[in-house]
Order: sequence, then C-alpha cells, then structure tokens
Amino acid sequence: MSIKKFAVAVYDDEAVLFPAVKKVRSAGYKIHDVYTPFAVHGLDVALGQKESDLHIAGFIYGITGTCTALGFMGWIFTTDWPQNFGGKPHFPLPAFIPITFELTVLFAAVGMVLTFCYLNQIMPGVKKHIFHPRQTDDKFVMVIEVNDTNEAETLAILQSTGAELTETQVAESDWWYGRFDIKEDYEIQQQLA
Amino acid sequence: MLKQEFKVPKSLKTTSIVLMMIGLLGLIIGAVVLLPGDALAQTQFWASLMHNAIFFLLISVGSLFILSATSLAQGAWIVSFRRIPESIGSMIYVFAAIAGVLLLSFVWTNNTNIYAWLQDGFNPHNSLNALKNIFLSKGFFTFWTILVLVLWSWLGVKLREISIKQDTDTKNSTKLYWRNFNFSAGFLFVFALSLASTIPWLWIMSIDSHWFSTMFSWYTFGSSFVSGMSMIMLWVLYLKRKGYLDVVSEEHVHDLGKFMFAFSIFWTYLWFSQFMLIWYANIPEETVYFQIRMHGPYRFFYWLNLILNFVCPILILMPRPNKRNYFVVSLVAVIIIFGHWIDFFQMIMPGTTVKENWDKPFILSLFIACGFVGLIIYLVANKLTKAPLIPQNNPLFKETIIHIS
Repeated sequence: MSIKKFAVAVYDDEAVLFPAVKKVRSAGYKIHDVYTPFAVHGLDVALGQKESDLHIAGFIYGITGTCTALGFMGWIFTTDWPQNFGGKPHFPLPAFIPITFELTVLFAAVGMVLTFCYLNQIMPGVKKHIFHPRQTDDKFVMVIEVNDTNEAETLAILQSTGAELTETQVAESDWWYGRFDIKEDYEIQQQLA
Repeated sequence: MLKQEFKVPKSLKTTSIVLMMIGLLGLIIGAVVLLPGDALAQTQFWASLMHNAIFFLLISVGSLFILSATSLAQGAWIVSFRRIPESIGSMIYVFAAIAGVLLLSFVWTNNTNIYAWLQDGFNPHNSLNALKNIFLSKGFFTFWTILVLVLWSWLGVKLREISIKQDTDTKNSTKLYWRNFNFSAGFLFVFALSLASTIPWLWIMSIDSHWFSTMFSWYTFGSSFVSGMSMIMLWVLYLKRKGYLDVVSEEHVHDLGKFMFAFSIFWTYLWFSQFMLIWYANIPEETVYFQIRMHGPYRFFYWLNLILNFVCPILILMPRPNKRNYFVVSLVAVIIIFGHWIDFFQMIMPGTTVKENWDKPFILSLFIACGFVGLIIYLVANKLTKAPLIPQNNPLFKETIIHIS
C-alpha cells in the first residue's frame, strides 16, 4: 500500500481524450491510467501499452485442463478401476475427447477470469480509489502521478488539453481489502492534504 | 493516390498459363494411359477429375458464402478487399460448368463404378424410408444439380454486378447497398439448401451408397469455408505484395487469420462429431466407411488430413504475432488448402471402384489440381482488372479503413 499524489483530468468526449493522451505522452509524462466508461478502441495503442500476457496464461491453464482430464481418466480406467464398456479399449481416446475439451475450456475460462481480476485489481470485497464518480458513467478520466515539484506544470498541461476539470488528489494507488466506503477514503485524503 | 487499377503482372500470367499447361498435360497423359484400360483404370481417371472439379467448385462457393455472410452481417472489414471474393464468386460458372458436365455425364452414362446407386434395381437396403430412393434417382440428381449450379453462378455474377454498379452511383446513396444485402440473404438461403445440406450428400456421400451421416454436409461445408477463406487470404497477400490494396492493413489480415484458425477448429469439431458417434455405436454398416480409411490403404491420408487441417493451423496460428505475419499466414493458407484437398481425396476415392489403388489417381489428381489452380488464378486475375480494386462508394468504406481487429 502506498499513498501517492495524482493529477486528475476529466474529459467529456473521447475525441478530446485521444489528442490529450498524445500530447501528454509526447511532453514526456508517464500516464498512471485512463478510466473510460466503455472500451475505447485504439486507446491501448495510444497509451503505448504492451500486449497483455493474459492469453499465454490462458494457454497454460488450458493445457493444465487437458492434462488433468486425460491423466485422471486414464489413471482411473487403466489402473485404478479398469472396466469393459462395450468392448472398447481401456484407454478409449475418442470417448475421452469431449470431457477433455470441456475441462480444457473450464480451466482456461476460470483461470483467465481470476487472472484478469487480479491484474485489474478487481475482486468482491476489495476496494480501490475512484478518481471521479462519473468515470464509469459518461466521463473520461486521465490520471498522472505527480510530486510537489511538478504538480503545477502537470495541471497546467492537462488544463491546456481541453479537460473540463483538473485537480490534485491524494489517494491509495493499490487495492486493499475492506468495505467499499467512499467516506473512509475521503478521510484519508483529508488527513494527508 | 491509391493504386486502383489492377494490371495482371507478367509473372502471374506466365505462372497461371504454365500451371494450366501442366494440368492439361497431366489430363491428356492420364486419358491416354488410363481411359483405354479396364473399369478400374477408367474410374481412376474419372474419379481424380471429379475430385478436383468438386473441390475447386466448392471452395469458390465457400468464398462467395464468406462475402454474403459478412455483407448480411454488415461487416465492414471485408469491404476493403471485397473485390476478391466477388471476382472468385463471379467465376463460379466456369467451375460449375465443368463439374456439372462431369457429374451429369456419370449419371447419364450409368457409371456404376463411381455411383453404385445407378445400378438397375439398386436397393439401399439400410435406408430408413423410401425417400432415399427418390433422392438417389437420375431425375432428382439432374434436376437438383442443374438448379443449384445455375443459382450459384447467377448469384455470383449478380453480387459482383451490384457492387460494381455502386461505384458509379450517386454519392451516399444506399439503394444498391440494400439491394446487395437482399441478394446476399437470397444466396445464403440457396447455400443453406445446397452446399450446407443436400449437395455434399448427393455428389460425394452417395458414392458410398449404403453409408450415410447427417453430419457429412456440415463437415464438407467446414472444408469449403476454411479453404475459401485461405484462398481469399492468398489473394489479399499477393495484391498487397504487388503494392495494391493499401487500405488493407495488418488488422484485416489478422481477422482473416482468426477465421482460418477458428474454422479449422470448427471443421475438426464436425469431423470428430461424425467419427465419434460411429466409433462409439460400432455398427458394422457405419464403421465400414472408416475401416478402409483409418486402417486400410488410406490411413496415411487419413492421419495427414488431421495433421494438416487441425494440428498445423491450431499450433501455428495460435500466437497473435503469427496471425499478423504475412509469411506465416500465407504458409498456413497453403497448408489448409492442400489439407482439405487431401480431405476430399479420401472422401471420394475409397468408395469408388478405385478402392485401394490410390497411387495413380493421386498423381493424376496432383497434376489436374495444378491445372485448376492455374485456371482459378487466370480467371480471377482477369476479373480483378475489370473494376477498381477498392469499392469507394460503399457506405462502410470509412469504417473499413479504421478497422481494428
């Protein structure tokens, strides 16, 4: 957990947000994050984010599912409790394929959902600071980490990009376990301000 | 300025003519060697010709299906290169004529070496009802084949005609766009009743007259879809390499690659569904189809089929960078087309009189396939020169340029 200071800019439209992101990045600032009410196509490219490794994790989960299904069924039907089903071999691969497929999908899906939640720091019962209450509604919020020396100039450049609101917030940058309580979060800010 | 007018490069023209010559040479040699022989030799010749005629017709129809389906879904991504499936589609009548003449000549000359059901008094004794006798009759075969081929050819030409007319239409007019939309819907209706259901039963599955599988048409459809997609991919990459199609970016190629990947798995799913039910039920009159293919002389093709059409695409195309790499996707496209060609080979050959003697038909088929590839390149390249490569008046034109996969 670390409390940091952030410069926050709120935009009304994605058409304003894109040039703003480009301008801020070319001025050399490192953007902490951008919050949008919907998935904005091309924003990841504009932010210069590298490709997520989530799909590699998905492949590993899937292979784990395949191995689990084949290994477990193979062990049961050849070693633990061999039975004769309609004269089929003890390791009937075609009959195992549907179950193997289902387990592959199940492992990949559940594993990727949990990994996605971990990477994005969302989970039931977990709390995260919200920079602007309308960032999931109709506003686009850009957040840049600042310190006392560059605070003023960062706010100035954000102001010049057409933001309808710019402000400084002191907030917890990571997630933490607790109730989703805005008041508590507000009190932390008041103490540190 | 966009390069709009496609001119057939000399190298492409030479390649296509050389390929056609090879095909013609193979055909002539095959005819001279095999046709004077016995029933087996004759069937070897006709079956390899039939294999190629059907395969190249069905993948052309598969390309037209892709065009219609995306037009109906108002998919913008295909607009940037829709002249390619359009050109392939408008050439269907050539392949339809070849396949139609061939198949109808088999039926009307009573070629029982290929279609065993043409024998007098043939009784599909395992059929569940008398409708199969009507379905496998000369009259119905002729009627349905001609009707379907004419509809495919006409709709292929029509879809391209409307799209080209739109280029010179008044700006921002959507009348022709919706006309195209309606014709696409019409084609999909025809397609559902032909390639996706009855035609593979009638043309290919009826070779093994007693055997039947309701999955068969979908499985054939999967083949033709994914090969058609690969053929479009090869054309797109070729034109891009020659400096045309500037509006087609990595994103469009990525989407084509995704379709190749996904529909290879779709094909495998259908293939496996058909196989597993028969394998599990283990009824002799059904397993006889797989006996000759899996354990008999065709086991090499049988496993090669799975490796080329499932293992290669799934492993090579799975990583994202590979779907955006022009060399890798074109390699996989060639593998897929060849793999499904092998698939059709092992569908058609074992049921005819050819049975285990696949060596001569395989070599002959390779030669004839060269001829068909040359023909397809020649015709489609010529067709592409006839109209601007980029349909600029299409309402989805802007959307296709900014497309992100």
